[in-house]
Amino acid sequence: MVEEEGFRRYVAHIILWIGIAIVAFPVYIAIIASTQDNALIANGQMSLLPGGHFFETYYQTIFVGTSGSTREPVGNMMLNSLVMALLIAVGKIAISIISAYAIVYFRFPLRMPIFWIIFITLMLPVEVRIYPTYKIVADLHMLDSYAGLALPLIASATATLLFRQFFMTVPDELLEASRIDGAGPLRFFWDTLLPLSRTNMAALFVILFILGWNQYLWPLLITTRDDMQTIQVGIRKMITTTDALTEWPIVMATAVLAMLPPVFVVVVMQKLFVRGLVETEK
Amino acid sequence: MANVTLRNVRKTYPGGFEAIKGVNVDVGDGQFCVLVGPSGCGKSTLLRMVAGLETVTGGEIDIGGRIVNQIEPADRDIAMVFQNYALYPHMSVYNNMAYGLRNRGMAEAEIKTRVEEAARVLELTSMLERKPRQLSGGQRQRVAMGRAIVRQPKVFLFDEPLSNLDAKLRIAMRVEIRKLQRRLNTTSIYVTHDQLEAMTLADILVVMNGGQVEQVGNPLAIYEKPATTFVASFIGAPPMNLMATRPEEIRSQLAGSNAADAGILGIRPEDFVITDQTPAGGVALPLTVEAIERVGAETFVYGSREQEEQHVAATPGELPPGEIIVRIPGTEAPAIGAKIRVAAVRAKLHLFSADGRTRLEA
Repeated sequence: MVEEEGFRRYVAHIILWIGIAIVAFPVYIAIIASTQDNALIANGQMSLLPGGHFFETYYQTIFVGTSGSTREPVGNMMLNSLVMALLIAVGKIAISIISAYAIVYFRFPLRMPIFWIIFITLMLPVEVRIYPTYKIVADLHMLDSYAGLALPLIASATATLLFRQFFMTVPDELLEASRIDGAGPLRFFWDTLLPLSRTNMAALFVILFILGWNQYLWPLLITTRDDMQTIQVGIRKMITTTDALTEWPIVMATAVLAMLPPVFVVVVMQKLFVRGLVETEK
Repeated sequence: MANVTLRNVRKTYPGGFEAIKGVNVDVGDGQFCVLVGPSGCGKSTLLRMVAGLETVTGGEIDIGGRIVNQIEPADRDIAMVFQNYALYPHMSVYNNMAYGLRNRGMAEAEIKTRVEEAARVLELTSMLERKPRQLSGGQRQRVAMGRAIVRQPKVFLFDEPLSNLDAKLRIAMRVEIRKLQRRLNTTSIYVTHDQLEAMTLADILVVMNGGQVEQVGNPLAIYEKPATTFVASFIGAPPMNLMATRPEEIRSQLAGSNAADAGILGIRPEDFVITDQTPAGGVALPLTVEAIERVGAETFVYGSREQEEQHVAATPGELPPGEIIVRIPGTEAPAIGAKIRVAAVRAKLHLFSADGRTRLEA
């Protein structure tokens, strides 16, 4: 029996390793390709071992850009993406935690209708309301700006809902104790509710940052200037070239660079993230 | 230091439900008042009204000569200990105690003095830097007490503070609370459903039922002269034996002025003696022993009076169907199934009107 246990575990491990290989191989290819010479890749003679152009390719990618139609350095695109992702994550958390606080802790007229209106936005992602949203952003002269990139994506209910659920699990006695301790609504929010929401905010930040970073359709629509381009849009533009060979090493280097910030955020915030998703103790 | 006076206090919820139906209580300066009653009797609501956490829909609450009906909880000069302690989970023990003082703009040095003094009294000095989740239930309870003490309020409010502790700790903390309150001499209102806690802690005991006060007074006075059958059965463990006086056998023994009007006769388990004699003016009952409980220093004998069962069943109220509990000292007890006679003297009889709302003097 013990042998069979060992054997089964062996099989399970093989299956898992195959899974990892399937997921990791394209990433590996991207990293390898970014170090190779473009002519080799174009000939279909790419080696599966690292080439010698690592520093050269990445320098050109970050600071110069392709020589084709998009001459924007990827460093600038990354900055744009970073600003957009941070604005979306921070803006959404800030707005939704405040609205959830209002909905859970205050009795005001039309409280429930307002909650349901916020809730309904869940069913209306940017893709569905893309025309009116574009119109509004254009009318407000926010095309080709960070505000135009981030604001329409900040407005959504998921985070409000999450904070509402969390606030409803905070014992009422905590609020009452705060009231007796002389803390008004703002103090209670700042001194008690925010610290208690820390792990939830971290989990949400990870999710929202990646969501913002990976936006494609919306930035594609509202940015026309090359210097406002985000990295996800930039990659696509690099591939299509009219009169020259696609510079695959640079495209691959850009893809690798595009992966790094989300990976970094997940790795750094992993502990808080997991605690935010599973923690029940108040 | 302050008096707390409740004048005809009422609470009606928007749905029309009347939780508190006109309560009058006067708690003197430095007294320990205990509100006791079954679940849902309104005792916690009443306490929360004193704290300012529930609005008052009628009557007046007076703390230290000031009507506080419209005053915010923070400005009533009260401190409250909650059943689940309600400690701030993200703050250290020190900050939990200091928080209310900081919000009032007290100087940090004064806060430090007060918190350290409270920690010393409550033996929390070594735990000041810990978070609440690193403490045991009893320690959390003490932190909650500390948070109340450092404020040096006019009134302490306790909302079933011991009910989350295990039995042994509860008794220890009960004594601690009493000693602390005596030392600080702060007026206190304490809510519990445990009648033993109520009896041992109270200077003034308020027995509540259904949003109303059944009886107010010194705990022993209430024990000795319960005003209603509700109080009689709620205060004292095991509860007072209540039986209809209608059976001729009892009625004939109760010959006397008020006895004729009495509908219900109450006798505490410890007031019975097993004897063949009937004391003059007292009551004697034949019983069949059904169960024996020996708890060491005393023994409880559960007996039944079968022959009157149909009479008792016809009587309204909370009368147990013919079962009588007798408490006898020691471990000597009759055998199960034995026929015995128990008797109580006249002075130990409690007589009530048939609806149980009025006490009649024997």
